[in-house]
Amino acid sequence: MEMPKPNPKILARKAEFLAQLANILPPDAIISDPFETRAYECDALTAYKCPPLAAVLPSSTAEVADVLRLCHRMGVPVVPRGAGTSLAGGALPTADSVILGVARMNEVLETDYDNRFVRVQTGRTNLSVTRAVEEHGFFYAPDPSSQLACAIAGNIAMNSGGAHCLKYGVTTNNLMGVTMVLMDGTVAELGGAHLDAGGLDLLGVVCGSEGQLGVVTEATLRILHKPEGARPVLIGFDSNEVAGHCVSDIIKAGVLPVAIEFMDRPCIRATEAFAGAGYPDCEALLIVEVEGSEDEIDVQLGKISEIARTHNPVELRQSNSADESARIWLGRKSAFGAMGQINDYMCLDGTIPVSQLPYVLRRIGEMSAEFGLGVGNVFHAGDGNMHPLILFDANKPGDLEKCEAFGAEILKLCVEVGGCLTGEHGVGVEKRDLMSHQYAPEDLDIQMAIKDVFDPKWLLNPAKVFPLAASEPRRIAAE
Amino acid sequence: MSGAANFRKDAVLRPESETDLAEAIASANSPLRIEGGGTRPVGRCAGKLLTTSGIAGITLYEPGALTMVAKAGTPLAEIAAALDAENQQLAFEPMDHRPLLGTDGTPTIGGVFAANVSGPRRIQCGAARDFLLGVRFVDGQGRILSNGGRVMKNVTGYDLVKLMAGNRGTLGVLSEVSFKVLPQPEATATVMLEGLDLRDAVKAMSAALGSPFDVAGAAHVQNKTVLRVEGFVASVTYRAQALSEKLGKFGAAKTLTNAEENTSLWQSVRDVTALGTYPAVWRLSLKPGDTESLFLKLRRLHDGFLGKTILDWGGGLVWLAADREMLMDMSMQAGPNDHCEPDMGVRVGHMNLQELAQDLGGHATLIKAPEEVWPHVNAFQPEPPPLAALSDGIRQKFDPRGVLNRGLMGGM
Ligand SMILES: Cc1cc2nc3c(=O)[nH]c(=O)nc-3n(C[C@H](O)[C@@H](O)[C@H](O)COP(=O)(O)OP(=O)(O)OC[C@H]3O[C@@H](n4cnc5c(N)ncnc54)[C@H](O)[C@@H]3O)c2cc1C
Ligand SMILES: Cc1cc2nc3c(=O)[nH]c(=O)nc-3n(C[C@H](O)[C@H](O)[C@H](O)COP(=O)(O)OP(=O)(O)OC[C@H]3O[C@@H](n4cnc5c(N)ncnc54)[C@H](O)[C@@H]3O)c2cc1C
Repeated sequence: MEMPKPNPKILARKAEFLAQLANILPPDAIISDPFETRAYECDALTAYKCPPLAAVLPSSTAEVADVLRLCHRMGVPVVPRGAGTSLAGGALPTADSVILGVARMNEVLETDYDNRFVRVQTGRTNLSVTRAVEEHGFFYAPDPSSQLACAIAGNIAMNSGGAHCLKYGVTTNNLMGVTMVLMDGTVAELGGAHLDAGGLDLLGVVCGSEGQLGVVTEATLRILHKPEGARPVLIGFDSNEVAGHCVSDIIKAGVLPVAIEFMDRPCIRATEAFAGAGYPDCEALLIVEVEGSEDEIDVQLGKISEIARTHNPVELRQSNSADESARIWLGRKSAFGAMGQINDYMCLDGTIPVSQLPYVLRRIGEMSAEFGLGVGNVFHAGDGNMHPLILFDANKPGDLEKCEAFGAEILKLCVEVGGCLTGEHGVGVEKRDLMSHQYAPEDLDIQMAIKDVFDPKWLLNPAKVFPLAASEPRRIAAE
Repeated sequence: MSGAANFRKDAVLRPESETDLAEAIASANSPLRIEGGGTRPVGRCAGKLLTTSGIAGITLYEPGALTMVAKAGTPLAEIAAALDAENQQLAFEPMDHRPLLGTDGTPTIGGVFAANVSGPRRIQCGAARDFLLGVRFVDGQGRILSNGGRVMKNVTGYDLVKLMAGNRGTLGVLSEVSFKVLPQPEATATVMLEGLDLRDAVKAMSAALGSPFDVAGAAHVQNKTVLRVEGFVASVTYRAQALSEKLGKFGAAKTLTNAEENTSLWQSVRDVTALGTYPAVWRLSLKPGDTESLFLKLRRLHDGFLGKTILDWGGGLVWLAADREMLMDMSMQAGPNDHCEPDMGVRVGHMNLQELAQDLGGHATLIKAPEEVWPHVNAFQPEPPPLAALSDGIRQKFDPRGVLNRGLMGGM
């Protein structure tokens, strides 16, 4: 992965920079020991690593502003960091950058059940937001699988999704406001406890901007009352194509499930061997979950089963109890772990129009044979967000490169059929150079123009999102 | 310049393709005023009229994928008819501004998204901006640009789709939009409470929205507090009953199940039809709980506001209207030297309401006013300095020559 050359002038001024930091932060908030900074050398995309110049862990918005003002003055790049679970290398440092971690800012600032929002510091983990409101029966809807670890900060930066987003939307649909510090130290309040922007929807642009426009320190999040209950149905088919049609028919029928998950045969076999959930040995499997009171659930599952039967399923198993629900979900939830048992894997995240599902799955199968690497598919079928897991052997020379090439081909295919490179993980460094397959030069240019406005010196989260060649003129001009 | 001669009819620019649109904007040497159907003239700006009505037609509709792609000038009616044939709908329920503003013309899908127009269901399923998946547009330099796509989940690059939703033609002219649609519900019921004051109405709506019963509309219109549930028949019956019980402490609730009655009730909420006769109308977005202190302060401005207030979005959306008499009263507050006229009353009211909204952390927009007022006011809430600087910066990048709806949303 090509990264910009570290700026020797900054490296040379490290001691001076640290001395200045010591004036604005307590000693335990500054990490500069080369051994300790290794903890920040990568995120969950561990293939790429680089220890930063230093890492800082401020405890307040004011401290964040002080740090950014200093970095702005000295021209030091800043990489914001939440919990470091990005799968796209979004929090990968450069050697001349400082990691700004918000992990110590994890307070709940306000809970308001009448007005249905919670205001938190962004270092708080996703799941602990729900934990803070669940005793009143409420929850925060976006639920990435990493929710135990990942922070709201990273969720906002990546506009993360989750299993339930078919019904409840992704982060941007549940984010009402933020406190954000711009690179020059200016503190800006965007949105709040009211709905929609009075002027331009700047909040909408900040969400999903991968830490390149500002450091988000506080967030106002929409919370909802939990449904009375939820139960799934498991449906097996002897072809991907038929499963795809079934998904489409369920959606058309007006049932709005909270989740429609899809697994293909390689994935089903792997999870059966690993978790023994009792899945049928078939070509494709759907797990469809609905919510409501017991009766409402029965009615909806009845409708779904009725639709499924018109597609001659090889298996149709409706859950009638919490126990049966857990059994149905067991295999799906252990799918990643199961694939990991077989080999190392790379998880892709492209989205496709639902109608293209059968074609894309067939092409992935063909490419799998061409590249000689196995692949399993487990994904959110309702919204077309694919997660092909490509198996490779990290210890075998050349396998990683082959896997990356295969991955790139799959993502290009997603774009070709009318989809996109990433549905929820973000571009980061991982898909940066594929951006020109999705966007024309002027489309990238107008996106970079936004960064020019928020961060004219191009210091925030360097070398992410845009191909280096595309951003080079701007980075040079900013210096 | 291929089609220039064709679309230049009198003083109106009416491009018939995206390429023509790009040429028209690139060659504009004075400001343009962008119009879809001309039905939502909120705020005013000067310039030669450019209408998108020539760039029309549904490009793609996949009911099974819940997505549609249409050219920006496509009449809303055409979209609604196509969706209706598949039992689907624009779930964010865009308001029809014609009854309120007394405008005619054909609302366009581009205008809906350019103004981020959302109705009562916004609190349950999101705003227009949440349904917009992708855009093609022409910026102030005449560049044809695109962002987003036609899939539900997309985090590839910056989300300029959200920025274009609600830009009101000040950053670019939309040429094509792709958006998510949803099934029409099988049944609808409305639980109705009568005679609550504004304060209790907000409390009742909060209780309903904080329940597990998936309320898809919570409004207070003319003494009636109405709560909508939608879905399959059995489920709707069950939830309407459960909701009535939950709201027991606010009085005995009636349940409306007749389909036509429900449709017309929620249409009148959506279009604030009851305010159509008033010369001045404002729209405030606030934290629902702040409506109480708004009403207290409003009383000082003019207590006439209270009787006409319509609340939507559980109290988070406040519609205020003033009649001629109120405007005359308010104009007095401008001081003895000023003309005592309705226009001055609107200006006084507008200044006060925007101040109130700002104090409460929300925003107020002047939606309807006598024509003479517009040159003197900014219809949209001024942004605080750091945001105003960012918005101006963005406008500079998208429209450096200031040719698109210049000054409509303040700034530059
Ligand atoms: C009686 C009457 C008098 C008027 N007088 C004036 C006047 O004096 N001065 C004046 O400036 N205007 C005036 N207008 C309004 C003018 O026609 C439009 O310019 C106005 O801004 C809204 O357009 P619209 O309602 O058709 O757009 P809608 O289609 O309803 O859209 C609403 C908003 O979105 C914008 N928009 C629409 N389509 C697009 C698109 N494809 N891409 C980007 N943005 C889009 C519009 O500019 C507008 O801001 C008047 C309208 C009427 C009915
Ligand atoms: C096992 C596993 C499962 C996952 N499942 C899902 C899933 O289901 N859905 C999904 O969407 N993602 C998933 N992810 C990806 C990842 O968890 C999300 O992208 C998450 O939102 C990252 O949060 P984080 O706090 O760890 O951010 P980090 O990894 O620390 O950072 C991510 C990005 O956010 C920026 N950032 C961090 N803090 C700030 C801040 N304060 N201000 C501005 N920018 C900031 C960083 O610069 C970086 O670009 C998964 C990851 C793993 C490892």
